[in-house]
Amino acid sequence: MSHATTASHDDLHAAPPRGLSRWLFTTNHKDIGTLYLLFSLLMFLVGGTMALVVRAELFQPGLQFVDPLFFNQMTTMHALIMIFGAVMPAFTGLANWLIPMMIGAPDMALPRMNNWSFWILPFAFTLLLSTLFMEGGAPAGGWTMYAPLSVQGPPSIDFLILAIHMMGISSIMGAINVIATILNLRAPGVTLMKMPLFVWTWLITAYLLIAVMPVLAGVVTMTLTDRHFGTSFFDAAGGGDPILFQHIFWFFGHPEVYILILPAFGIISQIIPTFARKPLFGYSSMVYATASIAFLSFIVWAHHMFTVGMPVAGQLFFMYSTMLIAVPTGVKVFNWVATMWRGAMTFETPMLFAIAFVFLFTIGGFSGLMLAIAPADYQYHDTYFVVAHFHYVLVPGAVFSIMAAAYFWLPKWTGHQYNETLGKIHFWLSAISVNITFFPQHFLGLAGMPRRIPDYSLQFAGFNEISSVGAFLFGLSQLLFVYIVIKTIRGGEPATAQVWEGARGLEWTVPSPAPYHTFATAPDNKAMSAAGMLPAAEAGH
Amino acid sequence: MSAHAPADGYYVPHGSYWPIIGSIALFLIAIGFANYLHDLANAQYIALLGVALLLVMIVGWFGSVIHESTHGFYNTQVDKSFRWGMGWFIFSEVMFFAAFFGALFYVRTFSVPWLGGAGDEVSTQAMLWPYFDAVWPLVYPPSDAHTLSQTAFDIPKATVPAWGLPALNTAILLSSGVTITWSHWGLLDKNRLQFIAGLFATVALGILFLSIQAYEYGHAIHELNLTLNSGVYGSLFYMLTGFHGLHVTLGALILTVVFFRALFGHFSEHQHFAFEAAAWYWHFVDVVWLGLFIFVYWL
Ligand SMILES: [Cu+2]
Repeated sequence: MSHATTASHDDLHAAPPRGLSRWLFTTNHKDIGTLYLLFSLLMFLVGGTMALVVRAELFQPGLQFVDPLFFNQMTTMHALIMIFGAVMPAFTGLANWLIPMMIGAPDMALPRMNNWSFWILPFAFTLLLSTLFMEGGAPAGGWTMYAPLSVQGPPSIDFLILAIHMMGISSIMGAINVIATILNLRAPGVTLMKMPLFVWTWLITAYLLIAVMPVLAGVVTMTLTDRHFGTSFFDAAGGGDPILFQHIFWFFGHPEVYILILPAFGIISQIIPTFARKPLFGYSSMVYATASIAFLSFIVWAHHMFTVGMPVAGQLFFMYSTMLIAVPTGVKVFNWVATMWRGAMTFETPMLFAIAFVFLFTIGGFSGLMLAIAPADYQYHDTYFVVAHFHYVLVPGAVFSIMAAAYFWLPKWTGHQYNETLGKIHFWLSAISVNITFFPQHFLGLAGMPRRIPDYSLQFAGFNEISSVGAFLFGLSQLLFVYIVIKTIRGGEPATAQVWEGARGLEWTVPSPAPYHTFATAPDNKAMSAAGMLPAAEAGH
Repeated sequence: MSAHAPADGYYVPHGSYWPIIGSIALFLIAIGFANYLHDLANAQYIALLGVALLLVMIVGWFGSVIHESTHGFYNTQVDKSFRWGMGWFIFSEVMFFAAFFGALFYVRTFSVPWLGGAGDEVSTQAMLWPYFDAVWPLVYPPSDAHTLSQTAFDIPKATVPAWGLPALNTAILLSSGVTITWSHWGLLDKNRLQFIAGLFATVALGILFLSIQAYEYGHAIHELNLTLNSGVYGSLFYMLTGFHGLHVTLGALILTVVFFRALFGHFSEHQHFAFEAAAWYWHFVDVVWLGLFIFVYWL
């Protein structure tokens, strides 16, 4: 069989195929990881540009640059692209690159399906972005696609629905691959409770994905049939209910926010021990906390709906269940801080991003707690306070974790050290500008400025000006990130196998750059002990 | 290079062009269908081209998998990956149906009673449709209660009773669950006749189920005037049974392929994952039907 072979010893030295076909047909987890990460970076820039259109318009009260309809298209598309195009593919890319190396597996469990999971995405986003040029414009009713706006919306909503179906197929296949890989391809000795936290958080994320992406598919299908085939799911005149859309959507939507943050928790749990030069504090409590958060995420969805007129008993249930999430999340923050306690810390760029994550994500967590209080939420609902909240958990939260991961593993991927000075400049620019952008939005929200409106009262002008300046600064700083990444891919100081003095884990036992195929045979005792996965006695100490 | 013995390690296939073909197929289906919904001339042919391409991909992709399997490329670990993959795929399908069952329970427990005036200090009914009777199955949608002459909905004469064809279909589908298990026992006992006859009976029962379902649809649409446009009862009825029917169709197709592969002698008592995957899938559509029968037709 010339067209197929096992990942045997010969293959270890096989160079990857050349040209475009390498990337189109690849079944290699590292190639696919790279594709995901580059795609995510591209979408990050596209979605970021849309955010800058929004912030440019909001720089001053009144209408300056865009008409309200286009403004709403920008907020809607920005959210869809950042969530489904930037953050989720970035995490999947990291999963592809790292999980097989971290558990000593030769590749992902289902390599061909892995290729398909990725290559659906460029087509899905072509479909989504094409709506910008359609009659009636792109979807403008918010990424949440609430009925009845989405039922009555322009033709682009149908393209959005079908694009979501494609993204869903991609995510579900990706998640199934992660589960099969982790459950079935761990090298001997890599027991579940020895897996790096990043692997654990991704395993749990994958379960969230296969549980809720089909629910999203179901609810957008109902929207499609309400639009075109006469059904009345969301039409009270036919016995349905527009609120039903919100219930099903948020049954997907709340676990989705953990899909966007659990892998980030995993990344931070890899980075902080490395630069504190101490093992992670409370490893097993981290695992249980992650699982608890995932479980709770299924019973809190209606905290997005306190103002729709739910029975009081429902509001109380969702309020208390939501506040309960603070407990496992608190465990995590405590463990990260305890890991740093009396550690021999150094502050390379990944560590800076990780520490900023711990601080700033926690601010987002606290504002989430405020929003969880139903009577208070009546005030905050649909204001800029909500915008500030979820941007704190998503930008200095999820996005910072992705950048931390990029700096942390770039030397392993490329074989080159990035420029530490530039990395630090990028960090400080990002950390300062992200706060300039989003911190004032708390005040705007508390003062009553509604979200998703291109114009506002004069008294909001000052904070909006500050926020817009911050946003442009943040956006421009990311060009520096792009420059650093490209520069590191093309060259730089050669990286050692371990890269970081305190790094533990199987991925640090293979050379940098990681060979095209790793762990075609299970890691030996030496690698396992270097990775800290053998008890000292077995390792021959 | 010759085929490696199973012990040779985990099989990682070389590059494959099937996935990218599958992506193009999905893209064609999506743009074709969306444009068809907006009356672009001939858009349906783009979608059909996509479907055709998807079929080519499925045949090609599964063809390579079957080839690799029958040539001994897969060890037990690869087999396990397929099992985890299929198992969790079925779980994701369960969650897809869960969305529609959730809608059914919500409509029956909340939205219809609320529209009928249930709940504390709720004036929905008084404000919107004071003559609406909140009963289930919902024959008269709220906006059409007592105004039959100007209805925007298709008002059904009746709904489909549980204890007629649906009960018969329940018996048929449950029997097919028995025949597929009987077939599995035949395979394990090396009783080839029982194996193949069981498969054949399962496919036949599946087709019988689908035919009865099609007949029932025809009856409901043409004689009972129950359509997708009959308010939320019609919506839930057709979407739930329709998606179930699609899954039965898919399951029957998979079983048909497995049947022919069985005739070609592809399966042994030790190695027959494709058969088991098809059987799992069949049991899944079986269980979904039980939920449908109880909550859509019966209660
Ligand atoms: Cu939530």
